[in-house]
Amino acid sequence: MTDVSIVSFAQAPNVRATHGTTNGVEMLVPILREALDGAGLAKQDIGFWCSGSSDYLAGRAFSFIAAVDAIGAFPPIHESHVEADAAWALYEAWVKIRTGEVDTALVYGFGKSSAGVLRRVLAMQLDPYSVAPLWPDAVSVAGLQARLGLDQGLWTEQDMAEVAARSRGANPNAQVHERVTAEELLDRPYLADPLRRHDCPPVTDGAAVVVLATAERARELTPNPARIIGMAHRVESAQLGARELTASPSTAAAAAAVGTDGATLAELHAPFTHQEILLRRALRLGDEVTVNPSGGPLCGNPMFAAGLARIGEAATRVPPGERAIAHATSGPLLQQNLVCVLEGE
Amino acid sequence: MGRERAAVLGVGQTHHRARRTDVSMGGLCREAVDRALADAGLDLADIDAVVLGKAPDLFEGVMMPELALADAVGAAGKPLLRVHTAGSVGGSTGNVAASLVHGGEHARVLAVAFEKQSESNAMWALSISPPFHMPVGAGAGGYFAPHVRSYIRRSGAPEHVGAIVAVKDRRNGARNPYAHLRQPDITLESVRASAMLWDPIRYDETCPSSDGACAVVLGDERAARGRDAAWIHATAMRTEPTTFAGRDQVNPRAGREAAAALWRAAGITDPLSEVDVAEIYVPFSWFEPMWLENLGFTAEGQGWKLTEAGETEIGGRLPVNPSGGVLSSNPIGASGLLRFAEAAMQVMGRAGEHQVDGARRAVGHAYGGGSQYFSMWLVGAEKP
Amino acid sequence: MTVDQVPLSAPLDIGFDYTRSLGPTLTRFATALAGRRVLGARGGDGRVHVPPPEYDPVTGKALTELVEVASSGTVTSWCAQPEPLAGQPLEHPFCWAFVLLDGADTPLLHAVDAPVLRTGARVRIRWAVERGNGIRDIACFEPGEEEPAAQDGAAAEADEVAMITTPVHLSYMHTASPEESRYLRGLAEGRLLGQRCPACEKVYIPPRGACPTDGVPTETEVELPDRGIVTTFCVVNVPFLGQRIPPPYVAAYILLDGADIAFLHLVLGCPPDQVRMGMRVEAAWRPREQWGTTLENIDHFRPTGEPDAPYETYARHL
Repeated sequence: MTDVSIVSFAQAPNVRATHGTTNGVEMLVPILREALDGAGLAKQDIGFWCSGSSDYLAGRAFSFIAAVDAIGAFPPIHESHVEADAAWALYEAWVKIRTGEVDTALVYGFGKSSAGVLRRVLAMQLDPYSVAPLWPDAVSVAGLQARLGLDQGLWTEQDMAEVAARSRGANPNAQVHERVTAEELLDRPYLADPLRRHDCPPVTDGAAVVVLATAERARELTPNPARIIGMAHRVESAQLGARELTASPSTAAAAAAVGTDGATLAELHAPFTHQEILLRRALRLGDEVTVNPSGGPLCGNPMFAAGLARIGEAATRVPPGERAIAHATSGPLLQQNLVCVLEGE
Repeated sequence: MGRERAAVLGVGQTHHRARRTDVSMGGLCREAVDRALADAGLDLADIDAVVLGKAPDLFEGVMMPELALADAVGAAGKPLLRVHTAGSVGGSTGNVAASLVHGGEHARVLAVAFEKQSESNAMWALSISPPFHMPVGAGAGGYFAPHVRSYIRRSGAPEHVGAIVAVKDRRNGARNPYAHLRQPDITLESVRASAMLWDPIRYDETCPSSDGACAVVLGDERAARGRDAAWIHATAMRTEPTTFAGRDQVNPRAGREAAAALWRAAGITDPLSEVDVAEIYVPFSWFEPMWLENLGFTAEGQGWKLTEAGETEIGGRLPVNPSGGVLSSNPIGASGLLRFAEAAMQVMGRAGEHQVDGARRAVGHAYGGGSQYFSMWLVGAEKP
Repeated sequence: MTVDQVPLSAPLDIGFDYTRSLGPTLTRFATALAGRRVLGARGGDGRVHVPPPEYDPVTGKALTELVEVASSGTVTSWCAQPEPLAGQPLEHPFCWAFVLLDGADTPLLHAVDAPVLRTGARVRIRWAVERGNGIRDIACFEPGEEEPAAQDGAAAEADEVAMITTPVHLSYMHTASPEESRYLRGLAEGRLLGQRCPACEKVYIPPRGACPTDGVPTETEVELPDRGIVTTFCVVNVPFLGQRIPPPYVAAYILLDGADIAFLHLVLGCPPDQVRMGMRVEAAWRPREQWGTTLENIDHFRPTGEPDAPYETYARHL
């Protein structure tokens, strides 16, 4: 099957709240242009478009349709949409190129998380019969998972704070940036025992765009494409109680399907500190692997774009000849995970 | 380098009803999945990946319900992809599943689409008027009725054509054991006497609101070996903005271009002669002639003549919606996949009472949003 | 920054009481809860899951063997909820917990009425006064052991619960784009402000953050008259939930003179069956003191009595 590469990547500034419209599509307009310019392509050159977003972020049916206007989708485009993080849209686009039907694709994700009360909106993802009627919010549910690992001795609050300290110092351009030690962070109060604010992602409005092309075409378009070596994703049961919550079997299975050996860099879509620790183990990442040089979702978590941004960040950061792992997640407590392995060219 | 062949191995659907209060959302999906697996002679364990489609999450009040339905659709431990392209989503779900096979990712893929409209009220969900706007929206009927009026004005079609379609589709639905509305005795007179809901659209020219699901098992060439299968000859999807200056809302360019791409990919030069049956997304009766033109079965302005001449009935030149179509069952998110599945059933000879004799090539079609999302596939009894 | 530059925002609340039919397995669970009993389902691997999943979390097979478990159990994990959110089981600080009920093999997620907890704590169900709401028949858990006598007294045969109602109420802040905000502020002054796309030169009203065909912001402001034509329309005769204009009413696409795109509005001032494609109409504004930043300042459009526009002049706007 056809090899596919990432040609360009652009992302909107990660901010706590944009002045933009409820669905946040105007964050897309400048970065669509930036990503297309980065690939030296015009919108008419794109063979397939695919996006990821959620109606419930904006509280309206079909909120993604507004994005079709932002694209300037006329003449009509060959397009699809996933109601999930746009990393899954990238997966769909990757498959589309591999069918041989198209040789370029543009993938985007966007969301204005600040329009509603995000942690409460996300309770709507839980089992609609026996869990969601209680409105357990995303932070509380993550706290249950974190404590399972704390009690089992799989990680400590110190470990979690170290993840936060490293992430917060990683990227001066991130939404959250501070030079801080784990000890200083541990002196701060609990947000929801056992989680402190630094264990949780910020609320972020944002958007991201990635342009893909066949590996052959990619070399014509950019001097440094990142080739997709493989990509796989898996979902776990919806029964929280029945899941293995202190491991991530779906991440491990996706990684095994792709083969992740030899990576030197990883961008992990771990919205909570303990989830980074858990994912590093599922992916069997050693200390030699640089994790989340972008700061990761702990420093900017644009819903429905953050997973795609991990792939874009990994693609832009992986040096020629080296391999990077990009990971994306969807659903409560890492229910669904995607692993993408990239090689710099 | 080349794409893998893909084929439909089995299809299944629920009994569609206004309120399927006997099942949960998971149970509804599973009913269709079990039938599709039985039709394909496979078990859940044989499935490599699942694609799930449905229309807006607000209809059921569950954010990304595929997550909660992972066990019901047998996806736990497997790849699960959720598609949402407005009303065309059922069709897109089929196309994305086909892509996973064409791209060599998987040997057997399950496509599932559903809607459980009775959990809420689609008119409400589609008519939420945000601040600053004029609250004139009135659901899908209110949206499409002005464009139907434009079609009638533009084509000069006689007023009774809409009723002809309604009579045909409801009578066809009576031959389909799964259909929500089964009205063998409906007449032109009774349709024309029914209430005008969104003038010029009458009650009997309007799709019902249904609970229902559809599932399709797709496989690669190896998985299809030695079985009856509906081979996928071509797929197409196109999108355009909802409104823009000069947009043709009656005969949208996205639909015309999707159809042209479909026929081109399938090597079809004269669709009316070369296609044996069409399952077209017709939620309001007038959309049959509109889409006949948009799909290129007739020239612009001529679609209603095919309908009026009875050529879209079973036994006509191009039977359209022998299953009864969306006018007989409308579980919104599943409606597109039902069109795709019914097209496959026709070329597999499994359509029972509504089988079109000698159907060898069939098109499944879906559209959504403000007539701006189109997805279609062409299936055939022979390998492409 | 002038006030004029800040985009307009307003609350958007959406709410619906969803009706969830439960299907056979969850009906038995909900019915048992109404009778103050808790059922789990035995999975293919022998584990008893509470709440009972309809389908096995490992194999996906339908689960039909339901077994009763205790109404007390052990906390296997917890997280504090110091500031409860709308809809949660308790309104004062509490803890979320995974509770492993005695007799179950996998834990249930619920609230415990305690500001802090410890893993391993014993908790028991506090039943809700109201029955028939599925999982919400459990008001919450509270520290302590099951009290056999009290529980026996409370247990009773209940009517079948095959349906639960789940209210979903969410609040958003709806924000207009900067272009739309200028237009809305124009409306507050009784002006209709469109914008011209620099690429295709079409005049859009409302103006767009991005021209739908060119993907660039519309720029040059164009003030439009409050009159134009009906391109096409329908007569809404059907009542529905949430409707704000009583039917029957004419929902029409109005193309203002000088605009290149029509918008939906209401036509009154003549019987619905006299509204025509091409009919000339003008805005009927509400009294000035009722104006706000909304298109609702125009109460409706009404016929002007001028001759209809010829079909050819608006055919490309259909």
